[in-house]
Amino acid sequence: MRKYLLKRVFYMILTLFLVATITFFLMKLMPGTPYSNQQKMTAQQIQIMNEQYGLNKPMWMQYLIYLGGMLHGDLGVSFQFSNQPVSYLIASRIGASAQLGIQAMIFGVVLGIVIGSIAAVNKNTWIDTLCTILSIIGKSVPNFVLAVLLQFYIALKLGWFPIADWGGFSYTVLPTIALGVGPLAETARFIRTGMVDVLNSDYIELAKAKGMSRYGIVWHHALRNSLIPLVTLIGPYTVALMTGSMVIENIFSIPGIGEQFVKSILTNDYPTIMGVTMLFSAGLVAVILLTDIIYGIIDPRIRLSGSGD
Amino acid sequence: MEEKLKLGPENFEALPKAEELDNEKIAAPSLTFVQDAWRRLKMNKGALISFIIIVLMIIISFGSTPFINHDSLVKSAPKYANLPAKIPGVPINGLNGKLKVSGEWVDEYKQNNVPDNKYFVLGTDYLGHSLAERIIYGTKISLIVALVATFFDLTLGVAYGIVSGWRGGRVDNVMQRIIEIISSIPSLVIVVLMLIVLKPGMTSIIAAIAISSWTTMARMIRAETLQLKSQEYVLAARTLGESPWKIAWKHLVPNLSSIIIIQTMYTIPTAIFFEAFLSFIGIGISAPQTSLGVLLNDGQKNFQFLPYQMWYPAIVLCVLMIAFNLLGDGLRDAFDPKTRR
Amino acid sequence: MAERILDVKNLKIDFHTYAGDVKAIRDVSFHLDKGETLAIVGESGSGKSVTTKSLMGLLANNAEVTGGSIMFHDQDILKKSEKEMQNIRGKDIAMIFQDPMTSLDPTMRIGQQIAEPLIKHKHVDKKKAWSQALDLLKLVGITDAEERIKNYPHQFSGGQRQRIVIAIALVCYPEILIADEPTTALDVTIQAQILELMKELQEKIETSIIFITHDLGVVAGMADRVAVMYAGQIVEYGTVDEIFFNPQHPYTWGLLNSMPTLSSTKLEAIPGTPPDLLDPPKGDPFVARNPYAMKIDAEQRPPFFKVSETHYAATWLLHPNAPKVTPPDEIIRRRQTFKDIMAHKAI
Repeated sequence: MRKYLLKRVFYMILTLFLVATITFFLMKLMPGTPYSNQQKMTAQQIQIMNEQYGLNKPMWMQYLIYLGGMLHGDLGVSFQFSNQPVSYLIASRIGASAQLGIQAMIFGVVLGIVIGSIAAVNKNTWIDTLCTILSIIGKSVPNFVLAVLLQFYIALKLGWFPIADWGGFSYTVLPTIALGVGPLAETARFIRTGMVDVLNSDYIELAKAKGMSRYGIVWHHALRNSLIPLVTLIGPYTVALMTGSMVIENIFSIPGIGEQFVKSILTNDYPTIMGVTMLFSAGLVAVILLTDIIYGIIDPRIRLSGSGD
Repeated sequence: MEEKLKLGPENFEALPKAEELDNEKIAAPSLTFVQDAWRRLKMNKGALISFIIIVLMIIISFGSTPFINHDSLVKSAPKYANLPAKIPGVPINGLNGKLKVSGEWVDEYKQNNVPDNKYFVLGTDYLGHSLAERIIYGTKISLIVALVATFFDLTLGVAYGIVSGWRGGRVDNVMQRIIEIISSIPSLVIVVLMLIVLKPGMTSIIAAIAISSWTTMARMIRAETLQLKSQEYVLAARTLGESPWKIAWKHLVPNLSSIIIIQTMYTIPTAIFFEAFLSFIGIGISAPQTSLGVLLNDGQKNFQFLPYQMWYPAIVLCVLMIAFNLLGDGLRDAFDPKTRR
Repeated sequence: MAERILDVKNLKIDFHTYAGDVKAIRDVSFHLDKGETLAIVGESGSGKSVTTKSLMGLLANNAEVTGGSIMFHDQDILKKSEKEMQNIRGKDIAMIFQDPMTSLDPTMRIGQQIAEPLIKHKHVDKKKAWSQALDLLKLVGITDAEERIKNYPHQFSGGQRQRIVIAIALVCYPEILIADEPTTALDVTIQAQILELMKELQEKIETSIIFITHDLGVVAGMADRVAVMYAGQIVEYGTVDEIFFNPQHPYTWGLLNSMPTLSSTKLEAIPGTPPDLLDPPKGDPFVARNPYAMKIDAEQRPPFFKVSETHYAATWLLHPNAPKVTPPDEIIRRRQTFKDIMAHKAI
């Protein structure tokens, strides 16, 4: 297990290194300059700016400086946002995004498990059909469409929640729902399929033969066995939440990373794009490593079969 | 009981061979794999309807090319801007040219002095284009993006997966590490980088989606290939000295076809979503080009006052997504009956 | 005479499938006495597993009992609600399944899996249940039971797992133990150990066993009585000696003839396949594969003819007007042995 983990960490670092390198050189290859109002600037001004940002050094040196800086969490300085350090920009915005992401994940996964289990236990009844239809719709309706509809009908028309902005918990409700519906639908489908399989398995037959009640079978045997593989979906969910945050934060004007990312893409703010790119990659890599470890802990077959390699 | 037992010797004559039933006959008609899958798919109403909807959407959006194309959509007609839907003979508010303005239904066509014989089935956008025409055109663009991206995803993923699974050993190891690294980069990041480097537009979206999504297909194909490789009939073919290409074509591809078809059915809606997503936040296709994402982006700006401008493209997008997802589920169940039973 | 604890009468079960109703069980009757072992023998699809599932009330959703009764003591199991059945399953009637590799929950410690029925039926606390589970684990011959009770199923071999499954089944000291091909998935050497264990435990726990198998060889050392099933019906039943050495039904002949013995030089397979139960033949279901078939076999289903107090067979060959046929050599040899056994018993 230890050897396996070390190997995983190595690949993690390699991945991040590759992302950093690719991003860096892609950004350098970009035509044009980062200064939004370059036409109005004199050659001297540009010269000064270039020196300030270190853009006059040879590319390999810029690259090394960039990598070196990253090791102490220095991601450069934003071109657009009044010269703020990118790491500061990110730090000031990560709280909202993280809260939203975690809330959406919990909302989606917990409700998805409940709906999926209900569907599986009542397989081939109208309840199952209803759950299936709901999860297909949840999977198919893009979250940004849902967000706009929720914002308009629930917040603006009914006035149940704030329309936008970021304050107390009530501000998070609608974005959480919009962001969490995707994971919810996916979880419900996944749990339903998994549990139908588990419920058909021999050990469930044996549990029935022991005289266990329907509830006891689902709770003690079926749920546990169908939940374990769900861990593998945490990675894809993280990606979906990152993607979703870009558009949901935008719609609800939430000061988070996603909203920042869109702004920096639209304004060619390369240091910020690179910083957020690194953050997203590091986040995903960490989540993947974490799910591997969790999987090993909760599945006795992996836990005890040694190295897991 | 006693009555039944009163039987004469004639009843006990040996049964002539000719009268013997053909007991080797198989009672149910035998079905091939595809026939069996088709039978199950037909029983799945949702999947069948989805299939019909998808075919209709493809026919309408692509068939309209001579009438609705880039040129016909460039001309703006500001005097017809922001008109709601009007279908002659339908007296339902919202579909009769009336629009709710601060709680009152107002006939926008009269207000803007639109000639009586001029009407737009789904209304117009802010430049006076027919929304129906833009939606049909946008659907076509979205479908092209999705289909082309899926095609690249499919060829790259299938080839990579087969090679990796078939060669095994060191090659497989290296190829899997590469996939592992690529798939631990969020696809969003890849897409965004691609879009920044290439100019935003259809080609770069297609490339971005294709590059970021092939790993799933490659992984599934590899796993299945590994399994098929050890199957007896493949072993037999190898022992008999068939060339690897011939084995791949004759044994692997047919057996992988169900996975490929199912996975494709899930990749298409993902690609449609990604296109809409990117265009919606303004880094994909942008106006005056049209796609479902662009229409949603346009519609969202005026959603409060002209909700129909977002609702119609949103409905089309959702129907398209639902149809592909349902068809994907239907095909999965049809090919692999275990999942539904 | 021993107490009769189970009496199945005229059981009929249909399966609703897309192709039509499969008449899987067609008028099956048998009984089980206290302490005895009844073997139900038949090839795949003959309905033996379906019969036992109906005893547990565990039929698949598309199965429907269309007639008959299953009397357990003086209560009809078929009339019980699901809740009432839950109190019988695992407590009064327990079951062992065919494949020990898949019949244990992979994510639960085996101690808990054995203790579960105790907690459910005897309402003992977890600690006590575990200590009883430990006793049983020792009883079924798992070494280092104190340590291994905390292990997960994948840490045991197939034979050990079947021992654990047996421990689960016996933990509440059930009156009836249904063993559905308990040794089919195991190696031959392990098979013998498991059979030996079952016999030993039967004496200790005083349970009756219904033993389902397609392997007549396993039956000989295990059962007191044997019922032979074919195409959803019992075609012959009797004591183990009567079935093995004085069989009357041509299907039983075929089964015995296809079993390797020390004296046989070649194995005789029964030709053909069982009939399609979507549309079962109106006469004797074995008619199409029966080399001794007569006209009446194709027309009318044979009733049970009495051979002895304990031995009945459903074949027209036993009708007084039927011509005398010569059974296969192997059967003639066996009947000779039977005479010796009877003579021996008479002394």
